[in-house]
Amino acid sequence: MKELKKVAHPYIPNTVPEIKEQMLKEIGVKTIEELFSGIPEELHYRETLHIPKALSEYELRRYMEGLLSKNTSTTEYLNFLGAGCWNHFIPAICDEINSRAEFVTGYAGDPYEDHGRFQALFEYQSLMAELVDMDVVNVPTFDWAQAASTSIRMATRITNRTDVLLPKTISPDRLKVIKNYCSPYINVSLIDYKEDTGQIDLEDLENKVSSNTAAVYFENPSYLGFLETQGQQISKLAKKHGAITIVGVDPSSLGIVEPPSHYGAEIVCGDLQPLGMHMNYGGGQSGFIATHDDIKFVQEYPSRLFGIAPTVVEGEYGFGDVYYDRTSFAQREKGKEFVGTQTALWGITAGVYLSLMGPEGMYELGKSIMQKSQYAMQQIGSIPNVVASRFESTSFKEFVVDFSYTGKSVKEINKYLLDNRIFGGKDLSEDFPELQQSALFCVTEIHTKEDIDQLVSVIKQCINSK
Amino acid sequence: MKKINREHKVRNFQQAKWDEPIIFELHNAGERGVLLPHVESEIVDCVGDGLSALPASLIRKSAPKLPEISQNRVLRHYLRLSQEMLGGALNVEIGQGTCTIKYSPKINEEIASSPKMTELHPLQDESTVQGILEITHKLDLCLREISGMDYFSFQPGSGTQSLFTMASIVRAFHESNGEGEQRNEIITTIFSHPSQAATAAVKGYKIITLYPDKDGFPDLEKLKEVVSDRTAGFVVANPEDTGIYNTRIKEFTKVVHDAGGICYYDQANANGLLGITRAKEAGFDMCFFNLHKTFSTPHACGGPATGALGVAAKLKEFLPGPIVEKQGDQYTLKSDMKHSIGKVRSFQGVPQMVVRAYAWIRAIGAEGLKDVAEIAVLNNNYLYHHILKIRGASAPYIKGQRLEQVRYSWEQLTRETGVTTDDISRRMADFAHQYWTSHHPYVVPEPFTLEPTESTSKSDLDEYIASLTYIANEAYENPEKVKNAPYNSTIHRVDEQDFFENPEKWAITWRSYLKKSKEIEKIRS
Repeated sequence: MKELKKVAHPYIPNTVPEIKEQMLKEIGVKTIEELFSGIPEELHYRETLHIPKALSEYELRRYMEGLLSKNTSTTEYLNFLGAGCWNHFIPAICDEINSRAEFVTGYAGDPYEDHGRFQALFEYQSLMAELVDMDVVNVPTFDWAQAASTSIRMATRITNRTDVLLPKTISPDRLKVIKNYCSPYINVSLIDYKEDTGQIDLEDLENKVSSNTAAVYFENPSYLGFLETQGQQISKLAKKHGAITIVGVDPSSLGIVEPPSHYGAEIVCGDLQPLGMHMNYGGGQSGFIATHDDIKFVQEYPSRLFGIAPTVVEGEYGFGDVYYDRTSFAQREKGKEFVGTQTALWGITAGVYLSLMGPEGMYELGKSIMQKSQYAMQQIGSIPNVVASRFESTSFKEFVVDFSYTGKSVKEINKYLLDNRIFGGKDLSEDFPELQQSALFCVTEIHTKEDIDQLVSVIKQCINSK
Repeated sequence: MKKINREHKVRNFQQAKWDEPIIFELHNAGERGVLLPHVESEIVDCVGDGLSALPASLIRKSAPKLPEISQNRVLRHYLRLSQEMLGGALNVEIGQGTCTIKYSPKINEEIASSPKMTELHPLQDESTVQGILEITHKLDLCLREISGMDYFSFQPGSGTQSLFTMASIVRAFHESNGEGEQRNEIITTIFSHPSQAATAAVKGYKIITLYPDKDGFPDLEKLKEVVSDRTAGFVVANPEDTGIYNTRIKEFTKVVHDAGGICYYDQANANGLLGITRAKEAGFDMCFFNLHKTFSTPHACGGPATGALGVAAKLKEFLPGPIVEKQGDQYTLKSDMKHSIGKVRSFQGVPQMVVRAYAWIRAIGAEGLKDVAEIAVLNNNYLYHHILKIRGASAPYIKGQRLEQVRYSWEQLTRETGVTTDDISRRMADFAHQYWTSHHPYVVPEPFTLEPTESTSKSDLDEYIASLTYIANEAYENPEKVKNAPYNSTIHRVDEQDFFENPEKWAITWRSYLKKSKEIEKIRS
């Protein structure tokens, strides 16, 4: 037996030598090594791992803060990046609740141990249901991309068809996730958009939709920021062919913009990140799915769905899993897709956010984003040779700025902005070559007039520079 | 002073019960929870109300029926809900076997909540995110050491998503060899997580499930029978959820490799293996670790999380992008892998968990990692030794040879008392304990699965054992008491069958509850 160490590790109480010995004695084993006798010698790793030796808590803090100090955050530079992850105001209470030890370290307990988790997630489902005006919302999945992917698979099972139609303006990354999730048996095709407006080309849709189409999926606002105004026509067209309409939506728009269920969407999905999640370098994403309370749809969810129920004592709210037998937990490969750890804490946070905001808050949020982004578009568009927005459609929060006539590439402009402590818009020139030198800018309620004016002034300087 | 008697063997527990309404019931018209940044008058002068730009058909006609609540009341509501649950930080966390709920150090929460982490946009210029890229790379190097794999991706957002990613890579790999169509089967075992089978099925695979032999080992002879030129891959946990390490794992991976299949390893159960044995030497081509299990990042009620995915060099080109690479002293994101499956999650996954996991490894060090494995296994064997002494409890299959967890059975207790594992689960809530049965199907009758991790002390273990012993004795003496539990939890027994399985009655949202409860009231009257 190797020599017992003298100092117990703070995270590992039973490294106290006497306790270790006492436990070994009690179970009738001489050395810890004996407990690993099931591992054949040839698989025993006898070398020491090349991992540095342990740091104390203070040393760890110094070291990790040193590494993180190499980052420059959006609190230091002005940020106009969006493209799937957005800079919003986060009420302090969102952080207070999602850093409570009970929620942070909770996991998969039953309703009797984890009543609070069940109620908080049931409430999240209920609040989100009001925002989208539908009766069923899931415990959140990974992100919008996964929510869209699962919505699509739900539609293929409901219709027993294998073709799906997506807009060409979809986020290229989201499309990658969907394609991988759909392969090998679901065919994904893209619908063209109108060059001047970005709107879905209804003619192209009409040509492509058929009796094999399981779903027509589109986004509102689109990845490129504009609002799709033909929702009603698209869903009618889909319905005519027996296909399901799925709409991906930015929930921060829903205080002012009609929810997709009002123009024919049967499945609605999107990202919760705008509702109280820090960007966290992309780690704040969280996907939701909503449908009507129709068994045909409900039975196709892979996710957990928490329901409310009475208990044996009058006056108590109880909770639990609705129709658990759908899931892979219950049925392995015969369940619907798969379920497991996803982003429950962000669901709870979105619930807190919506409770704080109320209908007025969501209305003001939408209105303020509309005002500030329109102001930004107007100001950027007033710079000679800069077109904002590239599309003749109403935008929400994000808009495409076309720099093609400035003689400068987006890359050059963004470099200049960066040197002036500004994160410029997402460069679209590779993903959407037809838009030439265009970038996707994001303006939310957090931007001040001064921030926007600063951006405009630096863009001007850049364009005028040699 | 009177001596206060504290000699009770089980905890005299009462869960918080705030009798808190559903959030909608807190509505008071006109109340506000938070105010938004104002819009400057110059902006209003320029663009007006902003809303008139919206097409009429898209203007929301009726406001969402969200409740209106003051800030203080919202805070109080959620604080009360948080008190009505048992997080790993609060209870002696042993009962959620397979979940490896260890201590999540507070310092890591603090580090990861730096604005230098939380306020990063995922599309920022690489030069402004060198810190997080460096941490990602450094964690990659640590996990390479621990597993023997050649490269790690942190994009998958959980173990399940990592399994899905691996199934996707298996498909892409065979497609790149022109065998995509032919190799359409994936082999797994019944004591591996259901997600292994479920994720492979999503990728279109036919699933072959191996059952254990009499000792609880996956059946090698059966594997030899089912393996063929249709085999795309073999996925397994080792130890499986029984806690038994498959001693012949190398023969398993060889049989599959000889048939041209890929072997991928679910290392959700790796806590007893750190520094002891590695995926590479056992013959695996890929593996994943749950950072929220083995590497201490918090479980967060079920995510956000990371399923760190390690691959052998030959599979690196199949990874989802982008991946982090070190070039000179700079860190960069690379997306042009030749056979990349594309993406499985937005951006770079959940990087704040990468920060926490790396911090944990640095606080533990190489020696500490081995301590983790050894103490986790010691704790589990101590628990195992004592649980087998409880009347009515057993652990099917081979005697001993358990690593970090055990799947037990109450078969005898149920036979003799009528009390089931589900009854015991509810009763454990009365003593402040989590208790998990197992995934379905219940191959082990009346199962329960315990995993103490390295974080529990001997007295924690003794407390858990005492509670289970108390309940088992109670089952023999007063079975009804156990069957009608819980008594000291926030709530009492829920009518599960009627309200969760019946579409007429289930209510997944408050609005649905209001509609359906009205209907039920109508029918009643």
